[in-house]
Amino acid sequence: MTDHHPNAPLELTRATSNGPLAEQVQAPEDLDRHDGNVAAPAVERGQASMITVSDLSFYYGAVQALTDVSMRIPPRNVTALIGPSGCGKSTFLRCINRMNDLIEESRVEGSIHIEGQDIYSPQTDVVELRKRVGMVFQKSNPFPKSIFDNVAYGPRVAGIRSRTALEEIVESSLFQAALWDEVKDRLDASALKLSGGQQQRLCIARALATGPEVLLMDEPASALDPASTARIEDLVSELKEHYTIVIVTHNMHQAARVSDQTAFFFEGRLFEMSETAELFTNPKQKKTEDYIGGRFG
Amino acid sequence: MSEQSAVRRQRRKRLAARSFEWLCLTATFLCIIVLAALLSGIIYRGAGWLSIEFLTNGPSRFPDQSGVKAALIGSVWLIGLTALISVPLGTGAAIYLEEYARPGILRQFIQTNVSNLAGVPSIVYGILGLGLFVRTLAIGDTVLAGALTMSLLILPVVIVAAQEALRAVPDSIRHASLALGATRWQTIQHQVLPAALPGISTGTILALSRALGEAAPLIAVGALAFVSRYPLGPMDKYTVLPIQIFNWTGKPQHDFQNVAAAGIIVLLGVLLCMNALAVFIRYRYGKQIRW
Amino acid sequence: MCAAVSVLTTLGIVVVLLSQARGFFQEVSLVEFFTDTRWTPLFEQKHYGILPLVSGTMLVAAGSALVALPVGLCTAIYLSEYAAPRFREVVKPVLEILAGIPSVVYGFVAVVFISPIIREIFPSADVFNAASASLVVGVMILPMVISLSEDVLGSVPQALREASCALGASQFETIVRVVVPAALSGIVASFLLAVSRAIGETMAVTLAAGATPNLTLNPLESIQTMTAYIAQVSMGETEHGSTGYNSIFAVGISLFVITLLMNLLSQWVLSRMREKYE
Repeated sequence: MTDHHPNAPLELTRATSNGPLAEQVQAPEDLDRHDGNVAAPAVERGQASMITVSDLSFYYGAVQALTDVSMRIPPRNVTALIGPSGCGKSTFLRCINRMNDLIEESRVEGSIHIEGQDIYSPQTDVVELRKRVGMVFQKSNPFPKSIFDNVAYGPRVAGIRSRTALEEIVESSLFQAALWDEVKDRLDASALKLSGGQQQRLCIARALATGPEVLLMDEPASALDPASTARIEDLVSELKEHYTIVIVTHNMHQAARVSDQTAFFFEGRLFEMSETAELFTNPKQKKTEDYIGGRFG
Repeated sequence: MSEQSAVRRQRRKRLAARSFEWLCLTATFLCIIVLAALLSGIIYRGAGWLSIEFLTNGPSRFPDQSGVKAALIGSVWLIGLTALISVPLGTGAAIYLEEYARPGILRQFIQTNVSNLAGVPSIVYGILGLGLFVRTLAIGDTVLAGALTMSLLILPVVIVAAQEALRAVPDSIRHASLALGATRWQTIQHQVLPAALPGISTGTILALSRALGEAAPLIAVGALAFVSRYPLGPMDKYTVLPIQIFNWTGKPQHDFQNVAAAGIIVLLGVLLCMNALAVFIRYRYGKQIRW
Repeated sequence: MCAAVSVLTTLGIVVVLLSQARGFFQEVSLVEFFTDTRWTPLFEQKHYGILPLVSGTMLVAAGSALVALPVGLCTAIYLSEYAAPRFREVVKPVLEILAGIPSVVYGFVAVVFISPIIREIFPSADVFNAASASLVVGVMILPMVISLSEDVLGSVPQALREASCALGASQFETIVRVVVPAALSGIVASFLLAVSRAIGETMAVTLAAGATPNLTLNPLESIQTMTAYIAQVSMGETEHGSTGYNSIFAVGISLFVITLLMNLLSQWVLSRMREKYE
């Protein structure tokens, strides 16, 4: 922890390839050579990376939203993405499960590997990918169905029909999302009857039900009251035992509270990334310091 | 689940998805094909019968001497009178609803009323006209009675179109005028109405084109009479294009069906012109209206 | 002021129809009106049972729904979920033209083109039959089904589609399991409006379906709808003030009530759906 060198990426890449699982990661040699792009500190310590992003650029038609973003995200860890509105952090998040495919006339350059698999290669089954990479949205968006049907939606789409199997999944997902006790007696009630915070936890349960390895969260608490926000944050800390979590947030205190490392985005570029405590107390870049200090954004 | 059955399931799912998309696409193309078949069938049957004489002849017992002159002039009379009645009334109602009425039960009631009137079958307006104008007010089966009936029919459409046009006028214009000391009526008269005019006229033309194609209510108020003369005043007997077409279609002789097809071409031509005019006004004045 | 006209019209419809129908109901009991299975007001032996007219109307409405609802819903799904914007720009005007064609033209098409084809396939069919009328009325209400359903599908929040996709559902699964169920009440409302329109349609059925009040479910037979009966009597020579003449007001008010109920029902369903997403 004390001897990492965030400003010496080249050396660190080599260190990474010494890790036991590193053979799986087909990261290009020059991954971290770009200015301002740095690997996550946990990766530097020799851990394998779960998600490896290389030179990712993204365009909405002619508008470039992301420029040459490279990043490594270690497994079972919370990574926070911060930055001012329109900096590309949500766009980046949506590249990881290819939700941006839904946007017409969008274009991706560069690559993202999850556990060594290139998710933008033509062989990748997008549907399969999205089962592995769950997503929770800014505004809770339960289907207008019962609580049970909401959580069982993913497994059903995946072809699980047995009622007992579904019940098991629903229970364990709701349990993990810390919602089970509140709803176990009314699983057949409409999901729209739940409160905002409950709805958001339901959406988390729904995402967990497909058995993902990665959980993407796009400002999951921005529409909630403080108490519900605190519950979501607690939940995030619990879930990182089993899942790799990437969370976009506007709220720097939230990033400081829940994440292990933080990435600062500005104008479509990754400006700085390091351990959360380090980034907040000792930012390397002036821009990061200004943003954290509340001077813009 | 075994590997093999999972693969088979995948394939089946993909097939279902593909077939569904094709099904939906086919349905969409079906609509286009139906329209094309309909128009080409009518043109095939009727085009040969179109001629200058067809436009200048009145109705006749003989197909080859039949023409649409009386019906065409009758339609013009009817639409003209309908416009004279429905436009001021409809615009007035819209101004009241948008500019004066306070949100509340009364306005809600009128609004519901207007939208429900739009759903009443046109033949019901016909017997309303029959009971009210033809019989009770003793106007008889004249152009005026037909126009009054038609006005009631298209009034809801005119009101809704005019309301949308008025709503599209930004409040800033109203506030600017009121702030200069204009009264509410002066504001409406000099600022709001001129700004909403293109929208109102577009909506009105479309409503009138609906009236032009409508025949059912006119049957009830007595437009079916075999009229060889065209009307010279609002109290004359008349016939209109759609009724003339109805008449010809119902005749047993095969040739009259072709005459009917020719009549349809004329009717569609007139409708096309009116719609083109509406589109022109909309583009010319750059007002977006949903219809 | 001017808005009073719309209220007066409604009032006028009710008052005129009721007062004229009163004469009719003084001679014909409500029981006979609703239960007799024959409708022969213009014959020597008079019967005033509205059932054959209602069954004729419903036969045509059901037939047209059978044509318009599946095709309309599929088209709406295609336009709302699959179609590229440019394709939509092409199809929309086509549908507007289809919606703008006068109903008498559809009647012409039914008599001149559709009926001969039906009689070619089913030689037992009458010259005027419910099937040909159903087909053209189906095409008539098609644009309405499409535009209303498409509006409803479009009002399903994009967030639901995204949520479904993010859970590993394909586009097809998203449409069938999420979008259509979420829009279902609105789709039902659009169906109700369209069927109500089919019930009130006059010219096409007068021309194509025949003039024989006939209690039947066979679409190949000649029938008469409520609207066609009103049209037939009001253009005929029936003596003003006679029971036969007054009967059109009784039929008219039945028609008014049926369509009004369907419209109100569909508005209610729609407003409930709107509440759900606001």
